[in-house]
Amino acid sequence: MAGDTPSRQISGKCFVVRDNIDTDQIIPAEYLTLVPSKPDEYEKLGSYAMAGLPPHYGQFMEPGKSKTKYSIIIAGSNFGCGSSREHAPVALGASGIQVVVAESYARIFFRNSVATGEMYPVECEARICDEFHNGDDVTVDMERDVVVNHSTGKEYALKPLGDAAPVIEAGGIFAYARQTGMIPSAA
Amino acid sequence: MLHSSYFSVNARPMSRRSSTISAVMAPPQQQRAPASTGAVKHAMTLTEKILARASEKTKLVPGENVWVNADVLMTHDVCGPGTIGIFKKEFGANAKVWDREKIVIIPDHYIFTADERANRNVDILRDFSKEQSIKYFYDITDRSDFRANPDYKGVCHVALAQEGHCRPGEVLFGTDSHTCTAGAFGQFATGIGNTDAGFIMGTGKILLKVPGTLRFVLDGEMPSYLLAKDLILQIIGEITVSGATYKSMEFVGTAVERMTVSSFSPYLIEIVHLISRSELTQMEDRMTLCNMAIEAGGKNGVVPADEVTYSYLKGKTEKEFESVYSDAGATFIQEYRIDVSKLEPVVAKPHSPDKRVLARDCKDVKIDRVYIGSCTGGKTEDFVAAAKLLNKAGQKVKVPTFLVPATQKVWVDLYAMPLPEADGKTCAQIFEEAGCDTPASPSCAACLGGPKDTYARMNEPKVCVSTTNRNFPGRMGHKEAQIYLASPYTAAASALTGFVSDCRDFL
Repeated sequence: MAGDTPSRQISGKCFVVRDNIDTDQIIPAEYLTLVPSKPDEYEKLGSYAMAGLPPHYGQFMEPGKSKTKYSIIIAGSNFGCGSSREHAPVALGASGIQVVVAESYARIFFRNSVATGEMYPVECEARICDEFHNGDDVTVDMERDVVVNHSTGKEYALKPLGDAAPVIEAGGIFAYARQTGMIPSAA
Repeated sequence: MLHSSYFSVNARPMSRRSSTISAVMAPPQQQRAPASTGAVKHAMTLTEKILARASEKTKLVPGENVWVNADVLMTHDVCGPGTIGIFKKEFGANAKVWDREKIVIIPDHYIFTADERANRNVDILRDFSKEQSIKYFYDITDRSDFRANPDYKGVCHVALAQEGHCRPGEVLFGTDSHTCTAGAFGQFATGIGNTDAGFIMGTGKILLKVPGTLRFVLDGEMPSYLLAKDLILQIIGEITVSGATYKSMEFVGTAVERMTVSSFSPYLIEIVHLISRSELTQMEDRMTLCNMAIEAGGKNGVVPADEVTYSYLKGKTEKEFESVYSDAGATFIQEYRIDVSKLEPVVAKPHSPDKRVLARDCKDVKIDRVYIGSCTGGKTEDFVAAAKLLNKAGQKVKVPTFLVPATQKVWVDLYAMPLPEADGKTCAQIFEEAGCDTPASPSCAACLGGPKDTYARMNEPKVCVSTTNRNFPGRMGHKEAQIYLASPYTAAASALTGFVSDCRDFL
């Protein structure tokens, strides 16, 4: 259930993590009783996004809030590994994250991000999690396929999302399937 | 690297490895007319063949996106409600599922809890199953006594196998990452999210990218102190938690064909019992292997079907099935050859399933508890292994030892199955004599933490040796708790010493 469908040029503050951030860290299992397709529980999921992270990464969400001040996550390799829980990309999207730029993704997490249209899972081959810091001003430009760190002035190439981009833009697999005539409109 | 001489990597990249994550969804392509003359047989791996048949194509190559027909869709109490919500939203409040006999709904994750939302989620499954006349819904209504619920099974992946829903050559999707367990039956089985599952619920198909295959040839005589869990931890430690991302893991070799560890008693009268136990052991060992394919990032794990598979399935399913096998000339991304006779018991240290260390190198690690359970290590033969070690040792455990049978059937086996290798004692008797906790209600329980009142949840920063599948921070509850993933033998040995231990000290 995507809220605002993210645009292809996203600017905002970034939050930085490293390798193998698994789904238990993104959304601890105790919150999985929340059903993402129910609007009020969707919002609550957002408030718990990244609640499983060890404290050395810093504070992702201010206590009592359900939207984070960060719109971009910068990560290392294998982001989203572990469970198939769709609550993971949903929690990130619900929290206000519009795009993750990681070295690589676990496949189910990547697939769920595209299917839900909640956030863009973009790849960058450079090890940017070593060069970005929490709060840096960043632009992720999926037209030019670059990510710019305005706080350091450096620019890095992104791998194109290819066919996954229009699916996310449409709002996920169902919206896209309707747009392209694969399935009829909802009854 | 300790085992380099036993674990030779045949680095023969035989096809170009794609590192670009491109389309997962695309509009359907026009069907190409089949070649009319001189068609050369296209060699395919087991996984490729299953997906070819399921997508009604004569041939496939890795990297292709194809629409695949599902034979079975499984969901549980954590992801089912979300999947149902999406299904109704996208197909309509009055829409009917694509096939009421191909959906299997198994409450198993948060069952024995006072958490109201968790309980509500099981109600949602029940309402939907009634409305749609779902044939296979393993309901629980009386949480105070699991035995009062004749339909209730327990952990979905073990229940799927026990109830005959896993069949060679088929395609099984589940809203759970450990759905790959079913690959032990020679089928394609993988985990998906709610949205993909909602899509399948309405259409019976999903778009998939065909994975290339990593082949693991496990040969040699399996030492008596090693279990399948040691083998898969060995492999994950070798290739890392992302080593099999977007790939199929195919497990073959003499050790896989004959995964039997029980030493046979000479008593003739028990031979028949032992033969059927042998098949159970082998299938459950294969399930353990495939179960943790996801921990290496694998898309699916698979073991080719054989007589052991067919024997296990006898009486469990009426459906016809057709096994497929990798062609002799099939292309694998990489092949790994492992001589199991040279391996030693291993654990995965906190906080990653690929932090492989020899158990004997961790003897100074003091532990607070042991947990034996989950789809990975809570099957009948997992408990038999632990019980055998405890019985041989004849000592009491030094730390709280939690036992969670995966399903009702496993629970019954613990109490009803005499072990010839333990003078006919049952597992339950042995566990009681050793001072373990009473076997708990079958469910996923503390493997993934769960609601705060979940049995055996780690609510404090303690150290646990566990037969489960993941040890990332916070996995079993507390963010600073430490989890050592291990085989049932290693877990039992560690319970006896109060330290991470090598099971050879007791076997």
